[in-house]
Amino acid sequence: MELNTYQQEAFRYLRSHIEKFNKKTLIWSIFFLLWIMVGGYALYLQISKGHIVTGMRDNVVWGLFIVNFIFFIGLSYAGAIIAGLLHLFKVPWGKPIIRLAQMMTVISVIVGPIFILLCVGRFDRIYHLFLYPRIQSPMTWDVLAIMTYFVGSVLFLYMALIKDFAVYRDANLNIPKWKQKLYKILAIGYRGAASQKRHLIISQNLLAIIIIPLSIIVSSILSWIFGMTLRPGWHSTIFGPYFVLGALYSGCAVLIVAMWVYRKMYHLENYFTERHFKNLGYALMVLASGYGYFTFSEYFTSWFGSEKWDSEVIDKLFNPKQYGWWTLFANVVGIILPILIVAVPKTRKINWISLVSFFTIIALWVKRYLIIVPTLETPALPMEDTRVAYVKYTATWPEWALTFAGIATFFLFFTLMASFVTVVPVSGLEEPHEPHHHVHNNENTPATNEQLLTA
Amino acid sequence: MKQEDELFDSSRRGFIKTAAVATAAVAACGSLTCSCSSKNTTAAAGQKVKLLSPDGELVEIDSAYLNHQEHIAILSKLEAREGIAGKKFVMVVDLARCKNARKCIAACQKHHYRAEETEWLTVKLMKDNEKSAPYWFPKQCFHCDNPPCVKVCPVDATFKRQDGLVLIDNERCIGCKFCMAACPYSTRVFNWAEPEMPAAIRNLEYNPETGIPAKVGTVEKCDFCPDRSREGLLPPCVEACPNGVFYFGDENEDTVTNGDETLSFTQLIKDRAAYRFMEELGTKPRVYYLPPKDRQFPVERGYENLPDKLKARFKDIMEGEKKNS
Repeated sequence: MELNTYQQEAFRYLRSHIEKFNKKTLIWSIFFLLWIMVGGYALYLQISKGHIVTGMRDNVVWGLFIVNFIFFIGLSYAGAIIAGLLHLFKVPWGKPIIRLAQMMTVISVIVGPIFILLCVGRFDRIYHLFLYPRIQSPMTWDVLAIMTYFVGSVLFLYMALIKDFAVYRDANLNIPKWKQKLYKILAIGYRGAASQKRHLIISQNLLAIIIIPLSIIVSSILSWIFGMTLRPGWHSTIFGPYFVLGALYSGCAVLIVAMWVYRKMYHLENYFTERHFKNLGYALMVLASGYGYFTFSEYFTSWFGSEKWDSEVIDKLFNPKQYGWWTLFANVVGIILPILIVAVPKTRKINWISLVSFFTIIALWVKRYLIIVPTLETPALPMEDTRVAYVKYTATWPEWALTFAGIATFFLFFTLMASFVTVVPVSGLEEPHEPHHHVHNNENTPATNEQLLTA
Repeated sequence: MKQEDELFDSSRRGFIKTAAVATAAVAACGSLTCSCSSKNTTAAAGQKVKLLSPDGELVEIDSAYLNHQEHIAILSKLEAREGIAGKKFVMVVDLARCKNARKCIAACQKHHYRAEETEWLTVKLMKDNEKSAPYWFPKQCFHCDNPPCVKVCPVDATFKRQDGLVLIDNERCIGCKFCMAACPYSTRVFNWAEPEMPAAIRNLEYNPETGIPAKVGTVEKCDFCPDRSREGLLPPCVEACPNGVFYFGDENEDTVTNGDETLSFTQLIKDRAAYRFMEELGTKPRVYYLPPKDRQFPVERGYENLPDKLKARFKDIMEGEKKNS
């Protein structure tokens, strides 16, 4: 597997990340594992005592687990769309971040469904989904969608990794035998021959073409679990696109933060440059505006129409004694703030954009909570229940523990994956054409996609 | 003997021997069983019932110690899914007669071995708008003809039968609670923990028509007691109501009865301007309500004598009423 000089230089710099499992990585991994173990204990409680240990009750039948499910699955869809677009439109600056987006896609499509399993009262019977499937149910659509999507996104990541695996295989890395063997197997004999290149590129293009609409479809299907019910705040025609946009938006924010973290941790300043942060920042701004527009349409229509049931939800969302402050937080921090930060040149800087992205992630998580819980707390008939837990949802510690265990799993996967493959795709790198970057000889540039396809 | 021991209270050990034989006999003929739940201390009624033991011995048992368990219908799962041919069950609830006596709830809870506060049947206090008078509103499952719950079930655990009933198979249910989110009427309840029930019930064979035994992590709800219908009996809520609020019957036969009077279903809903709750949702409920016009009881009658715990449920509306008057 031949690399051009720029790529060689990059690999010389990046190889140490996959050669040794450094102390920092180990400590973080243990930390995440500890969190997961706490979650494991919470899960044990939930299994042995039943879902009574959660805050969910007959009115609010879905809580944190579903919020997390939507959140992570959303990240996954966003990762695929971002990676797919960057790939298809051959965005030159996008090359170094495609891998990160694809990793996010696969990792969150693993973590997300875990939360569905946690939310199901009898996950010992989960095989009933396949034994007695009912195609009319949006849940079945979602099961099919997520499974299809899982295969698609794993393939999409893998296709993009094959060249790199070949590089790792040929690089004579200082790694244990099993790892070397694994790279060899995973590289499936890729040598960079013309026909191999062609096949790979065509497969990747096809997958990218498939995965973008697929993400949009599965994201909409996810929204239909809510949209297809007759409940105020859910039963809305814009829910499909609303969820697609929300997914993209939160995914963009997570990608920015992930870039920032890896940049710091592995000193990838040359690869995740200010340009990446700015460009993704612009995307973030556009998505924030779009999401704000959808949110406004949703609330405004409900409020103006002022149907009784709709109004009850709107009142809850805007009443400071109920969810008013959270609604304010979700919309100010989750919509207005990122727009401002990116719009003002002074704050259009790596750290500012990353910081606002971090808060955007939290705000968007809160927004998901505001979509799920207040609606469930507003049944059509008066509750007339004296049991506080049945009237108002309050997440319990096992739910929080499992939430953090899920987040820890997300981080753990990222950490482990980053010590198995380079976060920056070595073989896909193209020399940046920015003047302020160190310029090498341009003779040996890798063939572009068009050249490969027309060859 | 071990299993029988579980059935009986230690305070009646002297009785165990005879009763054990009786239960065995009863189990053999399948229509009766001894239900001496541990909390009941039933006094002897004096009336003796003759039973045949498995050994062919004839034994006499005081009738007070025996209880009809006619709802243990022996049906296949398939039959329970298909429903009773030729029937179309329907209910009419006369809101003018309800005074929140709560006998229906008690009967329902007892029949289905429900723990307190896990009600399949509830009575809500409704106040439609600021000016209108509050009224009591008993609510079972509406057994909708276009059931939002059935539509969303991913595993066909809840289903619509030919006789109009919407039932749940709690051995199929995966507990995703999608049906609960989808039902606009908060009809369904979830077993958040291991449900409480007498030990004798726990070991019964499950059937969707009886709904017992309940299982942890699954959804359940009012089933219109098809096991009773199969025996030609009315649901316990209908029977228990002292005011004849509930009319239960068959739309195909065009008759409904509250136990005291049998009326033409179409005539009743025509004469009394029946409506269905939240018709605009398009769920097509099989329960019709007769508006609370010319009421038989003032609404306070259902409130004043309630225990405090129950009173708290309706406090907001009732206290508001007092202030207004």
